[in-house]
Amino acid sequence: MVFPGSNCDRDALHAARLAGMEAELLWHEDPDLRGSDLVVLPGGFAYGDYLRAGALARFSPVMGALGDHAARGGLVLGICNGFQVLAEAGLVPGALLRNASLRFEHGWVRLFVARHDTPFTRSVPDGAELRLPIAHGDGCYFLPESELDALEARGGVLFRYAHPEGNPNGSARDIAGVLNEQGNVCGLMPHPERASEALLGSDDGMLLFRSLLESAATRLAGMAA
Amino acid sequence: MSLAEPPLHEVGDAPGGGEADLTPEPALHRALGLTDHELEEIRARLGRDPNDLELAMFSVMWSEHCSYKSSRSLLRTLPTAGEGVVAGPGENAGVVRIGDGLAVAFKLESHNHPSAVEPYQGAATGVGGILRDIFTMGARPIAILDALKFGDPADARTRHLVRGVVRGVGGYGNCVGVPTVGGELVFHPSYASNPLVNVMAVGLLDERDLTRAAAPGPGNLAVLFGSTTGRDGIGGASVLASATFGESHSADGAKRPTVQVGDPFAEKLLIEASLELIGERLLEGLQDLGAAGITCATSETADRAGTGIEVDLDAIPRREGGMAPFEVMISESQERMLAIVRPERLEAVLGICRRWGLPAAVVGRVTDDGDVTVVSRQGVGESGTPRELARIPARALTSEAIVYDREARPPTHIRRAPAPGAPELPHDGLPERGMDPGAVLVALLGDPNLCSRAWVTTQYDATVGTDTVEANERAAAVVRIKGSRKALVMATDANARIGLIDPYLGAVTAVAECARNVAVSGARPLGVTNCLNFGDPERPEESWRLQEAVRGLGDACRALGLPVTGGNVSLYNESADGAIAPTTQIGIVGLLDDIEQRVGPAFRAAGDLVALLGETVPGLAGSIYAEHAGTAPDDRPPDVDLTRETALLAFLPEAATRGLLRSAQDVSGGGLAMALAECAMWGDIGADVQVSVASAPAAELFGEGPGRVVVTVAADHWGDLHALALRHELPLRRLGTVGGDRLRITLTGEGATGAAEGRGAGVADEVDESLAVLRHAWQAGLPRALGKAG
Amino acid sequence: MTTYRFAVSVMPKEGILDPQGRAVEGSLGHMDLDGIRDVRVGRRVELSVEAVDESAARGVVDRLAGELLANPLIESWSVETLGPVGAAS
Repeated sequence: MVFPGSNCDRDALHAARLAGMEAELLWHEDPDLRGSDLVVLPGGFAYGDYLRAGALARFSPVMGALGDHAARGGLVLGICNGFQVLAEAGLVPGALLRNASLRFEHGWVRLFVARHDTPFTRSVPDGAELRLPIAHGDGCYFLPESELDALEARGGVLFRYAHPEGNPNGSARDIAGVLNEQGNVCGLMPHPERASEALLGSDDGMLLFRSLLESAATRLAGMAA
Repeated sequence: MSLAEPPLHEVGDAPGGGEADLTPEPALHRALGLTDHELEEIRARLGRDPNDLELAMFSVMWSEHCSYKSSRSLLRTLPTAGEGVVAGPGENAGVVRIGDGLAVAFKLESHNHPSAVEPYQGAATGVGGILRDIFTMGARPIAILDALKFGDPADARTRHLVRGVVRGVGGYGNCVGVPTVGGELVFHPSYASNPLVNVMAVGLLDERDLTRAAAPGPGNLAVLFGSTTGRDGIGGASVLASATFGESHSADGAKRPTVQVGDPFAEKLLIEASLELIGERLLEGLQDLGAAGITCATSETADRAGTGIEVDLDAIPRREGGMAPFEVMISESQERMLAIVRPERLEAVLGICRRWGLPAAVVGRVTDDGDVTVVSRQGVGESGTPRELARIPARALTSEAIVYDREARPPTHIRRAPAPGAPELPHDGLPERGMDPGAVLVALLGDPNLCSRAWVTTQYDATVGTDTVEANERAAAVVRIKGSRKALVMATDANARIGLIDPYLGAVTAVAECARNVAVSGARPLGVTNCLNFGDPERPEESWRLQEAVRGLGDACRALGLPVTGGNVSLYNESADGAIAPTTQIGIVGLLDDIEQRVGPAFRAAGDLVALLGETVPGLAGSIYAEHAGTAPDDRPPDVDLTRETALLAFLPEAATRGLLRSAQDVSGGGLAMALAECAMWGDIGADVQVSVASAPAAELFGEGPGRVVVTVAADHWGDLHALALRHELPLRRLGTVGGDRLRITLTGEGATGAAEGRGAGVADEVDESLAVLRHAWQAGLPRALGKAG
Repeated sequence: MTTYRFAVSVMPKEGILDPQGRAVEGSLGHMDLDGIRDVRVGRRVELSVEAVDESAARGVVDRLAGELLANPLIESWSVETLGPVGAAS
C-alpha cells in the first residue's frame, strides 16, 4: 500500500515477488484491496511523518477497506512506518515513540521469534533468530504497563530484540513486533524486505514472506477442501 | 515594488540633486552586489539602463554562485570528452552509459555558506538541491554521499555545526528514501568559520528517459510545479524592499539571506511526479529550480534552446502575500520544477501533479525572441494589456554572463614534492627514540580524522532501496542494479592537507585516491565530478590556488583517461581568520560488470597471503601522522606517479575478474599500518606481516604516499597474481599472512634501527596489538571528540 | 457564521517518558541556568473554525483534537480559545 511519502514500497514489492507472491502496488486512494490475501504497509515517511508518524496516513481512504479486511481475518503486515500507521489506526495495540537516543538509528538487529504458530512465522525454524536492518527515528514501542502484561499473556508479542545487537530504540520489554488479538495483523519495526537476499547482508527476512505465502496457500486449500 | 514608485535615492543625496546622465539609483547596483564595471556590462548587453527588477535578476544570475564568473575560463581547460558520456558539464548532471540501455547520472554540489548559518536546513537543502539535479535528467536517485569538513571538534561551535549538518543530511535523505552510502568527515582548523558541505548524488536511468533542461518550441507552455513560492533565500536584494536604505550599507557586506527551508516530503512527491511525467513522455524539457529560482530556470532553459520565455508573474503560486516582483523572480523556495509542455499535453501533466498533491500552474510560454520577459496585470486589471516589467536576453543572464580572468599570483612560499629520483632525506620519523609504533597506530585509530564514522553513519539510512551491497566505512560504496549482474561503485575524496601545501598536488592526489578507492573493488571508474572549494578569488594568491587546482584536476584526469562530467565551484569560503585550505573534492562512479566478482577490503581467512602493491613514496608533510608527530622543516608531501596509478586502475579490475584477489584496500589516511588495521578489524581476523624499511619507519608505516594497495591472495593464486602485476609493471611485495586475533607488524631492513637502537637488536619496536584494542580505539574516536549525539 | 480561532496544546501524558524534555533539561546546565526542572516538550496547533457559535466551533475542535491532533494513548490535550476572528466573508 503506497501513501504519499512511502519509500519502501518497491522494496516490499521486490521481496514479496522474490518469495513467490503475486504482488502489486495499491494507491492510498484506491477504493478496495483488489481481492488481496495479504496487505503490506511498507516503510517510509507517509505524509512526511508530519504531526506524528502514521497519524495522517491512517485517515487515507483505503484504510476503511483495510479495517474490513482485517476484521474478516485477512492478513496485514506493517513494516516500520507501516507499523506506525497500524498503531495509530488501532489495528495493533501500542504506540511508537521517538527513539530513546533521540536520533535516527540505522543498523542491524537480531530478532528473537516468540511464536512459531502464526501466519507470519510458521516457516521460521525453531531457535532461529532473524538478522534484519532497522532504520527509524520513532521506533520505541510503548504500551502502559498493565496492558503490556495483558499483551504478553495473550501471546501478542511476536518479536523481541535479541543480543548481541540488543534493543536499538528503548522499546518496552525489547518488543520489536506485535500481533493483534485475532493474530492476523502484525506490525514490526525492522525491515524484512531489506533482508531478502544474502547479497544484501541477510536473507532472514524471506522467512516471514514465505510463512505468509504458505499461510495464504493453506487457507485457500482449506477453503477449497 | 512597481516601476511607478519613485526611485530610491542614496541617503544623503540632496533632493533633485545629481547629474542627468547618472542612473536614478546610483548605489542600488552596489547594494545588490554588482560592481560599477558590471553595471556597464549590463547596460551594454541591454542597450539601455536596466530597471530595478532587471537589476535584481542580473545581480543573482551574475553572482559567483550562479555565473561561475571567476572560474568559467579555468573550467574550460578540463577534459570532458569520453566514450559513453551522454551529458557533460553545463547540464544539470553528468550522464555516462553503462550498457544494457542504462546510464548513470551523478554530480557533486556544495551548500557551504547556508550550512554555516543554519546547519540543519543548509545541509538538508543541499541534499535536496543535488537530488533535483539528478531526477531532472530523468534518473531515479539511488545514492547520496556527503563530504563534510569542519574545524576543531574541541570547539563547541564546531560540535554544534556537526550535529546540525549530520541531522540535516539524514533528515532529508532518509525521508526522501535515497540511501546515504558514503562520504567523508574531515576536521581541520581552516574550516572553523567556513564548514564545507559537499553532497554527491547518483541516479540510474534508462537512456531513453534522458531529459534535457531546454525550452524548445515557441508556443509551448512553461509549467511550474512543486511547492509554492515564498521569500526563501532572498538576501541582499531585500534592500530594495527596505525603507532604511542606509542600514543595508554595512561595511562588512555580510548580508544574511532568509534561510531556505527544505521539505523532503514534498521532494519525494516531486521525484515520483517528475519521473512519471518523463516516463509518460509528456515533457519537452525539465529544469529544477535552485539558486536564483525562476529567473535561473527560465533563462537557462531558453538559452539552451535558443528561444525565449515570457513569465506571467501573476500566475506563479505564492506562499506569502504582498511579494514584490523581484522577490517572486529570485526566490529560492525549494522543491520546485519548471516543465516545458506542449499545449495539448497540459491536461495530462496537471493531472499527474494533482494526483501527487503538488501545486502546478502554467506560469509562462516559450517565445522565439530569445528574451526572458516578465509580464503582469497588476494595476491594469484582468482584462487590461499585461505590462512588461522586465525584458532581458536569456543569454545575457547565462551563457554570456560576465566572465573574469582573475589575476593570479603565487604566494611567496611554496612547497613541492621531491622530484622522482631525488635522494630521500633520511631522518628518524618516529618522534622520540623508544616511541612504540603500536601506540602511534592506536593514537591514529582514535584520531577524529581516521576513526570509525559510525557516530555519523548510524544516523543515515544506508539500506533503503534494497540495492546496497557495501556502504559506509568502506573505500567506496557498492550498489547493485536489480535485474542485471552490474553494480555501481562510488566514492568521494579530497586532500586539503596536501592542498594547503601545494594546491596542484592536492587535486592530483584526490583524483588518484578517489579512482583507486573505486578500483579496489574491481570496478572501472567511468567519470569524475568535482567541487572546487576555495576562498576569495579577488585575492591573487587565492586565484592562483584555484588555477593550480584546476590544472591538477585536468592533468590527473587526462593521465587516468577519465572525463570530467560536471561539477560545482564554491568560492569566498573565508573569514577574518583566513581562507579554507584549498579543497578539491572529487566524486567518481565506477562500473562493476559482475557483482559476484567484487572484491571487499577485509581479511577473509587464515592462511591468505598479505601483499603490498606499489611502493612507499617519501614525504610525510600533509599526513595525519605529521599532525601528531610533526615533520622535519624540509619535509614535503609525497608525489603522485600518474603512470603507476593508471597501471593500478587497469590491474585491479583484471585481477578481480580473474578471481585472484581475496581482498583489496587502498592505503591512504594513516598509511600502511592503518590500512592493515582496517582490513583486520573489518574481517575480525589478524595478520602477521614484515615491512622492510629503507629510510624512515614512520614513512613506511604511517606515510600516506599514494599508489599503494594492500591485497590478500590465496596461496595457490600467488604465482598468477605476481605474474599479472609484473605485466602491469607494478611492484608486488609479500608482507605476511592472515591469521590469529592480533595485528603484528615487524620492521626489517637498514632503516629499521630507529627507536630500538639502544637495545642493539637492529630492529625497531614492532606493532603488536590485539584486534580488541584496535577496535576499541577506532570506535571510541568520534564519540569522544563529539560527545553523545542527539 | 463566525470564525473562531483556537489553540490546541498537545503534551505527553503524565507518566510517559519524555526524552525530549529530559534532553532539554539536561542541556540547561551548559547555559549556567539552575532551578529549572520537570521540562516537558509538546506541540501547539493553531486553527480557525467557522461555525454558528463558539460552542459549536469548540465541539469541532474537541473532536479534531481527540481524533487526529493527539494520540490519546500517549498524549493529553487542552484547548485555548483565542477569540472570534471576524465575520466570515
